[in-house]
Amino acid sequence: MNPLLERTWRDTGFFSAINHKTIALRYIVTSFAFFVAAGILAALMRLQLAVPENDFIGPDLYNQLFTVHGTAMMFLFAVPVMEAMGVYLVPLMVGARSIAFPRMNAFSYWVFLFGGVMLFGVLALNIGPDTGWFSYPPLAGPEHSPGKRVDFYAQLITFTELAALLVAIEIIATAFKMRAPGMTLARMPLFVWAMVVTSFMILFAMPAVMFASTALIADRLVGTHFYNPAEGGDAVLWQHLFWFFGHPEVYLIFIPALGFMSSIIPTFARRPIFGYPAMVLALIATAFLGFGLWVHHMFAAHLPELGKSFFTAASMLIAIPTAIQIFCWIATLWTGRIVFRTPLLFVLAFFFILVAGGLTGIMVASVPLDLQLHDTYFVVAHLHYVLIGGAVFPLFGAWYYWFPKFTGRMMSERLGQWQFWIAFIGFEVAFFPMHTLGMDGMTRRIHTYPEAMGWGAANFISTVGALMIAASGVLFIVNVVRSYRRGAPAGDNPWGADTLEWATSSPPPSYNFDRIPVLGSEGVVVTGLAEKSREVLITTVVDAMPDHRLAFPNPTIWPFLSAVAVTVMFIGSIFTPWAVVWGSIPIVVGVTLWFWPRKDETREHLALEKRP
Amino acid sequence: MRVQNMFSVAGPQAERIAELWWITFAICLVVFAAVLVATGLALWKGRKGTGSGHGAHLAVASAVGVSTVLLLFLIVASVATDRALAQIDASDALKIEVVGNRWWWDIRYQDPDPSRRFTTANEIAIPVGRAVELTLRANDVIHSFWVPALHGKKDLIPGRTATLTLRADKPGTYRGQCAEFCGVQHAKMALFVYALPAQEYEAWAEQQRRPAPPPADGPQQLGHDLFVKGTCAMCHAIQGTPANGRRAPDLTHFASRKTIGAGTVPNDPQQLAVWISDPHAVKPGVNMPAHAFLKREELAALVAYLGSLK
Repeated sequence: MNPLLERTWRDTGFFSAINHKTIALRYIVTSFAFFVAAGILAALMRLQLAVPENDFIGPDLYNQLFTVHGTAMMFLFAVPVMEAMGVYLVPLMVGARSIAFPRMNAFSYWVFLFGGVMLFGVLALNIGPDTGWFSYPPLAGPEHSPGKRVDFYAQLITFTELAALLVAIEIIATAFKMRAPGMTLARMPLFVWAMVVTSFMILFAMPAVMFASTALIADRLVGTHFYNPAEGGDAVLWQHLFWFFGHPEVYLIFIPALGFMSSIIPTFARRPIFGYPAMVLALIATAFLGFGLWVHHMFAAHLPELGKSFFTAASMLIAIPTAIQIFCWIATLWTGRIVFRTPLLFVLAFFFILVAGGLTGIMVASVPLDLQLHDTYFVVAHLHYVLIGGAVFPLFGAWYYWFPKFTGRMMSERLGQWQFWIAFIGFEVAFFPMHTLGMDGMTRRIHTYPEAMGWGAANFISTVGALMIAASGVLFIVNVVRSYRRGAPAGDNPWGADTLEWATSSPPPSYNFDRIPVLGSEGVVVTGLAEKSREVLITTVVDAMPDHRLAFPNPTIWPFLSAVAVTVMFIGSIFTPWAVVWGSIPIVVGVTLWFWPRKDETREHLALEKRP
Repeated sequence: MRVQNMFSVAGPQAERIAELWWITFAICLVVFAAVLVATGLALWKGRKGTGSGHGAHLAVASAVGVSTVLLLFLIVASVATDRALAQIDASDALKIEVVGNRWWWDIRYQDPDPSRRFTTANEIAIPVGRAVELTLRANDVIHSFWVPALHGKKDLIPGRTATLTLRADKPGTYRGQCAEFCGVQHAKMALFVYALPAQEYEAWAEQQRRPAPPPADGPQQLGHDLFVKGTCAMCHAIQGTPANGRRAPDLTHFASRKTIGAGTVPNDPQQLAVWISDPHAVKPGVNMPAHAFLKREELAALVAYLGSLK
C-alpha cells in the first residue's frame, strides 16, 4: 500500500467516481439487476405458457414481456456485463494504473443506467414496447404501433449503443497503448485479446443498428419513409441493418465468454493454455466470419437463393474457429493437473450446453431446415443453449473466479456447487423440451395455444425448469451477500493463476499496482511515473516498449451531469423533435465544462515535464 | 397428437427437408458424443495428471480437419436439398393468392377466366398430387405462411410479392399458422389446408364459385337484411348480395368453413353468436367491432343466415 499513490488515485464523491474498478463494479451489479428483472419477466411468460389456453397474462402484456425480456437481456445485460468485466479486468491484466478515458467510462455507465431505468420504467407503467426485441417494421412503424411504446425501444437502443461504443474505444486504447513494458501482443492474455476483438466488432456492428433505430424513430416522429414500402421505402431494409448488427451481437456476448474460458481452464488445469497462437487467430477469425452471416435470420424472407447458400456456408464454417478453441481447451485439460473448483464446473457446462447449441446452430444455418425451424421454439431452445451455455455459465464461472479479486473474499464452494447443479439441471429441463416443441410446430411469440396442439406437457416441464433456474439465481445472490460479508479472506492469488491481476492485492488499490510490472526481464525497471499526480505509462502497440508518460484526469462530476443532459435530450426527443434542438444546449455546456482545463492541474503537469 | 409437426409429412418438399434433418441430426449427434467423450477423458486424465502432451498437436489438428470435412458435407447436402425443393413441376399448377392480414388469411383462387375466380378465408382446399403455386402478399405487416406438413415458411412482406410452390401427395387436413410476429393476436392466426382427391376438390371449387344461396325462411331473411343493411357489409362480402366489403373475410360460403377467427374457435351457432356479439372476448384486439347492441332475435337471425351459407 502506497499512501501517496492512494491519495492521488482515489475517487472523490459518489457521482464523480471515475476509477475503472468502481465503475466496473457498478456496471456489473446494475447489469446483474437487469438480468434478474428480465429473468422475472421470463418466469412470468413461462407461467402463462405452462398450460394450454391459459389466461393468466393477456396478449398485450405478454407481448410487452417478451419484448422487454429480449431487449433487456441483450442490450442491458449480456453486452454490458461482458464489457464491464473487461473494464475491471483489462487494465489489471495489462498492468496499467487505469483504463483509458476514465471520465468517458463513467459517462458511459450513467447513460447505460438511465437507459435501462427508462425501459423498465415504461414497462412498469404498462406502456412498454411490444413489437419484439427485433421490432420489424411495418409492425413497429407509426401506422401499426401508434403511441410511444416503440419509441422507447428505439431510444433504448440509442442509449445502450452509445454506452457500448464508448467502452469499446476505452478497451481498445487500454489494450493497445497501456500495456506494461514487455507485454508484447504475443504475450497479451487471451481474455484481453477477446475483449479487443469484441471491441472492434462493436465499432463495426453498432453503427448499423444506431442508424436503423434512428431511421425508425424518424419514421415514427417526423414522417420519414425509410421503412414504408408505400412511399418507396423498404420493410426489409430494417432486417438487413438490424441483423448486420444483431448477429455480430451474439459474438459480442460469446467472445468475452471464450476469454473467461481461456482464463479459467489453464488456472485449474495448472498449465499454460494449449495452442495460444491458434486461440488468438480463432478469436479474430470468429469476428470476421461473424459479419458474414446475418442473412441466416432472413431465410424465410424471399431473397436470392444463391445468396442464401453463401450465408449457409458462412454460418456453418464459423463453427470451425470455435471448434479449434474447444479442442485446445480439451488438450489443456488433458495434459494438465486438474483441481475441481466451482469456476471450473461452470466452465465445463460450456462443453455440454454450448456444443449442443452450436450443433443446433448448424441445423438452422441450413436453408431448408431453417425454413421449417425458423421462428419456432426450436430456435428459442437453440439461442438459449448458445447464449446461456456459451456466455452465462462461463460468466457465473468468471464471477466465482474473480469474486476474490473484486472483494478480497472467497465465495462459498458448497453453495456454489449447489447453485451449479440446480442451474444446470434446471436449464436442461427448461430448454431441452423446446426443441421438440419447435419441431412439433410451436411458433415463437405466441401468448397461448389450443389444447389440441398437444404442446401442454412439454411446456409444463419447461416451466418447472424455468423455476429451477430462478431458484439457482436466488442461491447465487445468497452466496454473494454471505461471502461479501464473511467469506474466507482470499489473499492476492487464491487460485495460483498467472495473469497480472493476481499480482496485486485483493481488492486491488485504486492505483492497481505499486510498481508498474515489467514482463520478460529480470529485476525492476523504474518507469519514473509521478506519484503525486495521475500519470500512466504509454507503450508501443506491438512490442509494448515504454513510449511516454501521460497525465490522466481527476475525478469530476461532469460526466454524470452530461449523462443526465443526454438522457433528457433522448427521452425528450420521443415527445417532440424540438427536444433535439433545446436539449443539445445543456449537453454542450456539460461537455465543455467536462473538458475545461484547470490551472492547478495544468501547472502540476507542466512541472513534471522533462525538457529534452 | 401431432397437429403441426414437421415430420408428419404430406408432400415431397417437407419430406426432403425431414430427410435432410435426419442426416444432419445423425452427424451432429456423433460430433456431440465425440466432444463429450473427449472432454470426459481429458478430465479423467487431467485429474490424475497422467495426460501426456505427446501427439496433442496432431490430435487437435485432425479433429479440426474432420470437423471441416463434416461441415463441408453438410453445406453440400443443404444446398442440394435446397435445389431439390425448387424443382417441383409447376406447369399445370393451381394458382392461389394468399394475402396476410392482421389476423386472418385472405385466400383468392385465380383462374384465367374471371368468372371462375373465388375468394375464401383461412382454409385452403387443394387437389392431391397437383402442384399449387401460392402468391404471397401482405396488406399490413409482415406475416409468414407455414404449413409444416407441406413445406417450410415463406414471409408475406408488404410491398413485395413472393411465390411458394408446393404439393400435397396425401389427402388430409394440415394445420399451419402465422410464423412471423404480427401483433397482439399473432397467436390466433391459424390456417388449414385440406388436401382433397382431385374430384372432391373440383366439386368443392364448383360449390365455392357459386354465389351464396338466397335466404330460405323468415329468420334467414331477417339475418340477410341485417347483414347487407347493417355494419357487417362495410367490411365483409357475400357474393350474390349487395354486401361487398373487402376489409374482412369473404363470407360467401362461410358455413362450409370449420373455424371462426382464423382457427380461434369451432364454427358452430353458439360460438358464432358469441363472436358476433363480442369478438374481443374470444380474440382481444381483433379488428371486428362488438355487436352487443343486437337484439336477441336479431343475433339469432344473423346466426341462422350465416349458417345457411354452405
